[in-house]
Amino acid sequence: MSENYKIAVIGSGPSGMSAGGRAAERGVSHVVLERSDHLSDTIYKYQKGKHVMATPEVLPLRSSMTFGAAKRETVLETWNKEAQGHKVNVRFNAQVTGITGAKGRFDILINNKETITAESIVMAIGLQGNLRKLEIEGADWDRVQYQLDDPEEYEDERIVVVGAGDAGIENAIALAKQNRVVIINRQGEFARVKDANKALIEAAIEKGEIECFYSATPARLTPGALVLDVPQGQATVQCDRIIARLGAIPPRAFVERAGIVFPSKSQEALPELSPQYESNVPGLYVIGALGGYPLIKQAMNQGYEVIEFILGNNIKPADEPLLERKFGALLQRYTVDQVIDLFREKVPLLSGLTALQLREFLIDGTVHLKAPGEIVFERNDYTTSLYMIVEGNVNVHVDPNDFSVVRSLKAGQFFGELGMIAGRRRTASITAADQCLLIESPARTMIKLINSVESVRRAVNDEGMARQIRAYLSHEIKEADLAGLIKGADRRSFKAETVFFNEGDESDGVYLITQGSITVSRNVAGKNIVLAYVPAGHYVGEMGVVGNAPRDATIRAAIDSKAIFIPKPAFLDLIEKLPSLRRRMEEEWLRRLAHKAKMTARPEAGSIIQFLIEQGAGEATDMLLIDESLCIRCNNCEIACAETHGGTSRLDREAGPTVANVHVPTSCRHCEDPHCMTECPPDAIHRSPNGEVFIDSTCIGCGNCERNCPYGVIHMAEKEPAKPGLLSWMLFGMGSGPGQDKARKKDKKDGSEGPKLAVKCDMCKDQKSGPACVASCPTGAAFRVSPEAFFSGHLTR
Amino acid sequence: MQESVLVYRNFLYLKVSAAAAGASLFAYVWHTPLGQPNGGTWLGYTLGVVSLGIVIWLAWYGIRKRRYGVGRARLEDWLSAHVYLGLALVVIATLHAGFQVGWNVHTLAYVLMLLVIASGAFGIYTYVRIPGLITANRAGLTLEQIMALIAELHEDCRKVAVTLGDEINELVQRSAEESHIGGNVWQQLSGRDPLCPTAEALVRVRAIARDLPQAQSENGRKLVLLLARQSELLGQARRDVRFKALIDVWLFVHVPMTLALLAALAAHVVSVFFYW
Ligand SMILES: Cc1cc2nc3c(=O)[nH]c(=O)nc-3n(C[C@H](O)[C@H](O)[C@H](O)COP(=O)(O)OP(=O)(O)OC[C@H]3O[C@@H](n4cnc5c(N)ncnc54)[C@H](O)[C@@H]3O)c2cc1C
Ligand code: HEM
Ligand code: HEM
Ligand code: SF4
Ligand code: SF4
Ligand code: SF4
Repeated sequence: MSENYKIAVIGSGPSGMSAGGRAAERGVSHVVLERSDHLSDTIYKYQKGKHVMATPEVLPLRSSMTFGAAKRETVLETWNKEAQGHKVNVRFNAQVTGITGAKGRFDILINNKETITAESIVMAIGLQGNLRKLEIEGADWDRVQYQLDDPEEYEDERIVVVGAGDAGIENAIALAKQNRVVIINRQGEFARVKDANKALIEAAIEKGEIECFYSATPARLTPGALVLDVPQGQATVQCDRIIARLGAIPPRAFVERAGIVFPSKSQEALPELSPQYESNVPGLYVIGALGGYPLIKQAMNQGYEVIEFILGNNIKPADEPLLERKFGALLQRYTVDQVIDLFREKVPLLSGLTALQLREFLIDGTVHLKAPGEIVFERNDYTTSLYMIVEGNVNVHVDPNDFSVVRSLKAGQFFGELGMIAGRRRTASITAADQCLLIESPARTMIKLINSVESVRRAVNDEGMARQIRAYLSHEIKEADLAGLIKGADRRSFKAETVFFNEGDESDGVYLITQGSITVSRNVAGKNIVLAYVPAGHYVGEMGVVGNAPRDATIRAAIDSKAIFIPKPAFLDLIEKLPSLRRRMEEEWLRRLAHKAKMTARPEAGSIIQFLIEQGAGEATDMLLIDESLCIRCNNCEIACAETHGGTSRLDREAGPTVANVHVPTSCRHCEDPHCMTECPPDAIHRSPNGEVFIDSTCIGCGNCERNCPYGVIHMAEKEPAKPGLLSWMLFGMGSGPGQDKARKKDKKDGSEGPKLAVKCDMCKDQKSGPACVASCPTGAAFRVSPEAFFSGHLTR
Repeated sequence: MQESVLVYRNFLYLKVSAAAAGASLFAYVWHTPLGQPNGGTWLGYTLGVVSLGIVIWLAWYGIRKRRYGVGRARLEDWLSAHVYLGLALVVIATLHAGFQVGWNVHTLAYVLMLLVIASGAFGIYTYVRIPGLITANRAGLTLEQIMALIAELHEDCRKVAVTLGDEINELVQRSAEESHIGGNVWQQLSGRDPLCPTAEALVRVRAIARDLPQAQSENGRKLVLLLARQSELLGQARRDVRFKALIDVWLFVHVPMTLALLAALAAHVVSVFFYW
């Protein structure tokens, strides 16, 4: 007879543990199944001494367990004590490997061996997934490990690191200080890793500090010897220890096997849940990070609530105060639930959402009441949020030269999707036509929604294409012609460095670049010479179409890009109907011809473009460059950055490559679609209207952004103590001067560090002087430019 | 690509400074004082006060440079103006003094001023000339990388040298331990080390390697190659240090002389009020 419980909770992270705590408190028969041998594995694995943050502050905590900002150790200790105090029934080392059955009687398979049953299941397994294991003969050797906590622990061992991703490389390098390290790379080179890591590992291999097997896969293992399949056959490596860093298997497959349906294949998709956190499988509940709530406090609240819901007690969610703050003045007329209903009724885009999705959506969003004439956003702003009109009308000022030319949008419609998709400047200004009520949603939430709700995706895509065609070609295109264009057009995606079309190909149509950027290159005397760089928001390929000639240049995606393709006949037809477009196109054509001639004569300019594209110019909106023919290496730029940013410089001048006197220091590129933003639990990274990507004060120091930035520009830093004034330093030698190392606060009793938070270049958005690095460069060597401006201005002057 | 301090804003500050110097010259020629032109006439006073104002403003640059995130102008504006106004002082202050020089505190101030200006002029020359040389000399490496390469080559040399007998061993050992970069100001500025143990080892090892037995000749050649490469890198590093030193060294005249100048000017002003 197997064990039977009313509620089985899978996972003992903040959400699962809180659910267990509430179940224990309510005296319900329950079990919490945890695959590791301790509570809350995700938090257990935070770096030692990490300061755990309790954001969002306004959200009250509702749980049987306590939680507040504290050191990792304190948080874990509190939870351990409280779990014991409440007599929570936790089973450690119990990995759930399968779920079958239905509400009332689920069969839960543990470690592929044992089965227990439960009436309801709460799935709280987070997003960390399972570490991928070595699946070869002998992999159960006790010296195979999948994590490296402290590299200093090992000395004079021969260690094999399997896996050549960032984690593997970082481990190998750390271990090589005291050990003989061999790294096993499945590929022939180090691809898809950070530049800094690639440089480090290649240098270490070159020097012989680390040995590397390329194109090698582990075949079998006996204690002390790993056999590899290599291109020449097989090789045997002696080893005292194996560290396998093979990445994690996302939990999604496991969740799907339990019957839970995800609305789309996209990585960002979340399972659809009822307001009670119940999935499409009745009796199977999903909470915490897996359900799309990435913070500890939220996860704990849901743990509490889900138990209440299962017990039939329909309590109000704890995020109510957050929504109350959001809705502000609206609450004079409505209750929170009424506002939510109103939104769903008035905005078709939101009508397909469940109440839970809508709540979550609104917590991330902002509600605006705008007076007639008030500006929502302006042309050339860099904001990427999407707006929905609940009540009232807005004016879209489509003509850059004439503010009075407007197109109007009414309640139920949305706007701002062009900027959201392209990550580029706004293409039009928007003002309120009358009193209006708008919902603003950050790009990240919106993209999650697009990937989770099919109806939203379709609406944004279809409506979006019409607007993109108008914005990028001509606002004068008539409704009727537009429909025809859309029918013939299709969306195409291009991976970085793939070719749209080659020089000499037949000209079959025109591409409107909606996302990413491209380079235009030509074969001149046997050499591929880059002539131009074209970012999203422009068209390419019109020359051959209009001139009825083959392609006269090759178009290549500089980064992953998307485009709308309009076939030749449809395009020619359009030009026929719109003489003004034809004229503009001819004009642009002539301009491009002149530019082409200039660039062909200066091949070195082309190689600088190529070089900068490799350095991220394809996605940058603003780069710090240094003209080395002027730079006197005084470091005043770095000192200025440190002095205006609490003592930690956000730029590293010396690092970074140089071509033809153009030096690219390590400094933020302010990417159009910032990599750092993708996995920030509190959504602390933003894009300001001027384009600066910055981190606000809600950062919890998780380090995801540091890992995700391909240019290595984000650091985790403790706040530096303040300094005395400049004059006291100069005249009386007090404290430390500009750029000098400050005496760290060493006198803290427990030796603990303060919270380490992410710091990065914010383009000095709060400094009157503009970027301090540039303003403080005595020689004018340092400058910040957008790639477009650089390629069309600086480079050819 | 970018504009240097000298051509900045289409020579705006050159034009301003030239106008100031021109106006002073015009006034000086037009003005017919009683007796010798000198600092004591109303024009003399005016030009003196203007000169002093400029000097103080120029000296303020040292502070302004370190006040980060303050003010809207770029530091490049300040430096461009600093350079040209500083040069204009040669004209303005000379006219103020009415070409009267002698062995007194007034002339001391004047000479100090000329020293500051001359060192500044040298400085701006290095600013324009050297950066490109640094880039070319480094050939894509940072100084740190060059040093790391040298350290690595030392290791490699040592490994090869152990197979080649005591004399070579000692030479290589010495080259590893005693080759250095930088040193005192003069050594930095020379950019060379005539007694470089690595260069010496290279010469001697080449001589010895000729006569090595067959079995060792392969390693002998290897060592010569390694030492030659190391010698090159040392030269590269020393040149880098030399360039940086050239960019910095004149400030050791410019700044102390500025302080001396301010003191002398204080004395000058006090003395003309009391003893005139
Ligand atoms: C480095 C880092 C720092 C962070 N810092 C903060 C912070 O300061 N403040 C904050 O609010 N949030 C922070 N977060 C986010 C926070 O960690 C998560 O929001 C939170 O852990 C989510 O809780 P959860 O219960 O949903 O999932 P998790 O905490 O991930 O818990 C899932 C648990 O389920 C177990 N499990 C998984 N699969 C199975 C299975 N098949 N069978 C049995 N058990 C299983 C796991 O071992 C784990 O213990 C941080 C995240 C990271 C990565
Ligand atoms: C950069 C600043 C200055 C320099 C380099 C400078 C230099 C000189 C020199 C070389 C002389 C000639 C001395 C001589 O006659 O032997 C002189 C004279 C004089 N200066 Fe200046 N001076 C400066 C500023 C000033 C200022 C600010 C004042 C007044 C407040 C001033 C007042 C005078 C007077 C009154 C004389 C005439 C003294 C005499 O004829 O004996 N000077 N100065
Ligand atoms: C009386 C005249 C001058 C005075 C009092 C003066 C004073 C100063 C001071 C105080 C500094 C700051 C040094 C530091 O802290 O780093 C400085 C820097 C400098 N000065 Fe002058 N200066 C004068 C004239 C000139 C002239 C005529 C030139 C050039 C032709 C010049 C070129 C420079 C340069 C290139 C710097 C370095 C800028 C930098 O690296 O930030 N100076 N000067
Ligand atoms: S800003 Fe970076 S470190 Fe801070 S919470 Fe976001 S991803 Fe984590
Ligand atoms: S723009 Fe400001 S924050 Fe960014 S690197 Fe320059 S000084 Fe630092
Ligand atoms: S402040 Fe200007 S001159 Fe000085 S190191 Fe930076 S870029 Fe070079």
